[in-house]
Amino acid sequence: MSAVAPGRGAPTVAVPSFGSTLEGTGRLIRFILRRDRARIFWWTFSIVFFYAYFMVALDALGAEALVGRALLMESPSGIVMGGPGYGLDAYTPERAVANEGITWFVLALGVMSVLHMVRHTRSEEESGRSELVRANPVGRHAPAVASVVTLVLVNAVIAVLSAMTLIGIGGEYVTFADSFAITSGVACASMVFGLVGLVFAQLTVSGRGAVGLGMVVLGLGFVVRAVGDVAETGGSTLSWFSPFAWAQQMRPFVDLIWWPILLSAGSIAILLLVASVLGSRRDFGGGLLPDRIGPATATASLRGPIALAWRQQRFALLVVTAFFAAMWLGVGTMLPTIGEMVGSLIESNPQFGAVFGDPGDPSGFLGLVMLEGVLFVGAYAIVMGARPKAEENAGRAEIALARPVSRTRWFGAHILVTGIGVVIAVAVPILAVWVGAVAVGFDRQSFGDYALVAATYVPSALCYLGFTVALYGWFPRATGLGWLLLVYGFVIGLFGSLIQDLPEAANYINPIYWVPGVFETPDLGEWLGVAVVALGLCVLGMIGFRRRDIPAV
Amino acid sequence: MTNTSSGVPAIEIAGLDKSFGAVKALDGLDLTVPTGEVAGFLGPNGAGKSTTIRVLLGLLRSDAGTARMFGRDVWRDAVELHKHITYVPGDVSLWPNLTGGECIDYLTRLRGAADKKALRVRKAELLERFELDPRKKARTYSKGNRQKVALVAAFLSDAELYILDEPTAGLDPLMESVFTDYVREAKADGRSVLLSSHILSEVEKVCDTVTIIRNGTAVEHGTLDELRHLTRSNVTAVVGKDPAALAGLRAVNDLQVKAHDGGTRVTFDADNAGIADVLDAVTALGVHSITVTPPSLEELFMRHYGDVIEADEAAADDVAGDGAPSGRAARKAARQAAKKAGVR
Repeated sequence: MSAVAPGRGAPTVAVPSFGSTLEGTGRLIRFILRRDRARIFWWTFSIVFFYAYFMVALDALGAEALVGRALLMESPSGIVMGGPGYGLDAYTPERAVANEGITWFVLALGVMSVLHMVRHTRSEEESGRSELVRANPVGRHAPAVASVVTLVLVNAVIAVLSAMTLIGIGGEYVTFADSFAITSGVACASMVFGLVGLVFAQLTVSGRGAVGLGMVVLGLGFVVRAVGDVAETGGSTLSWFSPFAWAQQMRPFVDLIWWPILLSAGSIAILLLVASVLGSRRDFGGGLLPDRIGPATATASLRGPIALAWRQQRFALLVVTAFFAAMWLGVGTMLPTIGEMVGSLIESNPQFGAVFGDPGDPSGFLGLVMLEGVLFVGAYAIVMGARPKAEENAGRAEIALARPVSRTRWFGAHILVTGIGVVIAVAVPILAVWVGAVAVGFDRQSFGDYALVAATYVPSALCYLGFTVALYGWFPRATGLGWLLLVYGFVIGLFGSLIQDLPEAANYINPIYWVPGVFETPDLGEWLGVAVVALGLCVLGMIGFRRRDIPAV
Repeated sequence: MTNTSSGVPAIEIAGLDKSFGAVKALDGLDLTVPTGEVAGFLGPNGAGKSTTIRVLLGLLRSDAGTARMFGRDVWRDAVELHKHITYVPGDVSLWPNLTGGECIDYLTRLRGAADKKALRVRKAELLERFELDPRKKARTYSKGNRQKVALVAAFLSDAELYILDEPTAGLDPLMESVFTDYVREAKADGRSVLLSSHILSEVEKVCDTVTIIRNGTAVEHGTLDELRHLTRSNVTAVVGKDPAALAGLRAVNDLQVKAHDGGTRVTFDADNAGIADVLDAVTALGVHSITVTPPSLEELFMRHYGDVIEADEAAADDVAGDGAPSGRAARKAARQAAKKAGVR
């Protein structure tokens, strides 16, 4: 590929060698690894840590608690939050890792993979950095291939280290093959989503668009697997349409089969092909859709910062809301079936009564589904709450604030529009459950009951916005730490019960903790308290924003 | 605000300090722009021009000193002041999903109520003069076109003060001349302009005064003629007598002597401040022919920036050696030394 090295001391006119479209891939790989070394380290460390923690914590539970946990995992909510239910009849820590953990590891690594692929392809092009790189002897496909190679490397390293960790911690039953089956299945499934991200990176012009679409596919994968598995223990045909299932259906530690991983591998190959065909056809920096001509004058409604913030956020809000509304409409229609399932579960094992309450009442299940939805809305609030930062970094805040627009008005517009978006994203899907339930004649709860449920979730969801806003106002470079609150609530919710002697106060800073059970009467004082905290955080952020330099250094 | 023109300067900055962590971006900056004046604002990259402008816009908070526009505090009265100014950054970033026309309308509407019909007419005129297609999405614009969007929005506003931070970066020469036309028009209307620029021909064309800053301090201020006076002209003459006497003159630099038909050709740079002495000396030598070339602006600034660097170094040496520093740079060095001592 490279030019013939001229002999020492014999100056020869270099004959141009025309490299392939992959020229420079090796150098880009090294560059990506160098740029992302901290990021790669933390992802690897976190995932391996959670494997280890999961094993240790589940082992500490003891055999009896594991039986109880297995029963929980048979319930619809257990299936949605956990897995298809292999090995529940003789639950062990390693089987629990396989059954419940795979879902979350695929989800986490799927996020990592989508972000990785888009960051090193479309986002680089969008920023113009790729132009500098590609002006050198670097082939057309080199950035994409280097991104894929590094993605494979990172996933492989995580898979190997995680498997070794499982083997190291587990007892004699934790075999080499099963451990590697879990971690390699997870790695392949996560790479499927990464390559979906790469395909979208060829289609959209903005990196954010590609990430957004990639996340929608990831969410769909999660939902399809959950719905498919709820329909039938061990997964129904529907489950098999989700890459999540391809990892889970290998049934590690129960009845190990290897061929489902081929579905992931095959999908990766097909997506690679699609991405390369699309990538070969498009121009540098261009998408596949030509840029359309737009209006020469703004509509009368584009009058101020609120109107602009709404314009910037409305598409994302529509996607998030429509996605959850459609999903939860489906949940609503399933309520009678789920109620029956819970009923029969309680019949077969009275222990369940404590968890799910009344037979035929799906509230317990609904609570878990809604909790998950609210966590997603929290993520939406954090992403949108950080939008002013992007505006500031790009210099767009500056040109708006150089006009007679006060900082309060500019920042307040973003907070207000995001806040309203959060309310919509919480309320519309919850009301969609009611619509679905009524449509199938399940009318145990009225519209008012559902509206009240939505109201109980709103202040907690707004806390995520408030926290990000406060961080941005005072410490703009630390805005990303807004995710900590969500991760914290997630970890506490998922593993809190596994930690012995967790002080009650540890729950107080988790906004979700203050949400009452579904259809339970809310405590008005607590509700107001959380609302005041959310509002207070926003005001705090505003105070900081009004005082500091823009752009912050 | 039209009544403010009676004596209150459009911009008045005194002793302005601004640090970013350990880096001192502005160090006792002074700058005054009287109303109705077009002021050039020059200095090498990183000298503090954009920082000054961001302080004026109320975006950055100064550490010390005062910054006022039309007599009002730039931080406290930012919103009120922004009704009377307009701003063009050097690197315009627009909302990628809006078209250029939408960006212009949005920015215009942020200024509040205006005569809509007049605006429409003027917008059409500006779009035509700047040859900008307002229907394209902002993300598809080149740098020059993004710059045009900001310029159209700026000249569309009825501002008393234009703050322009390298506004023509990325524009072609034709567009640059359209820009200077509009600046001249603004000046004719009695508006004030602060123009930060590296394009010296542009500065020469439109600016009444020039301020040069380096390391956050104004090192020179005056009209272009005054600044020229501070630098050197190139003199070439053919003289009849031995030119050795010239070498002894302080104002003569880089003297070159060469035999020429029936005389001697001398070439040197003369300090404009001492040009009278030099001419006397040359005349005494019996002049056959003489050419005096004033410095081009470019030479002026190259030399000026260079001089300051040399002088800074020299002054620093002087201070260190307890010598007797003289001049501007030395004053600055002395002030810095005093500050350091004060800290301790």
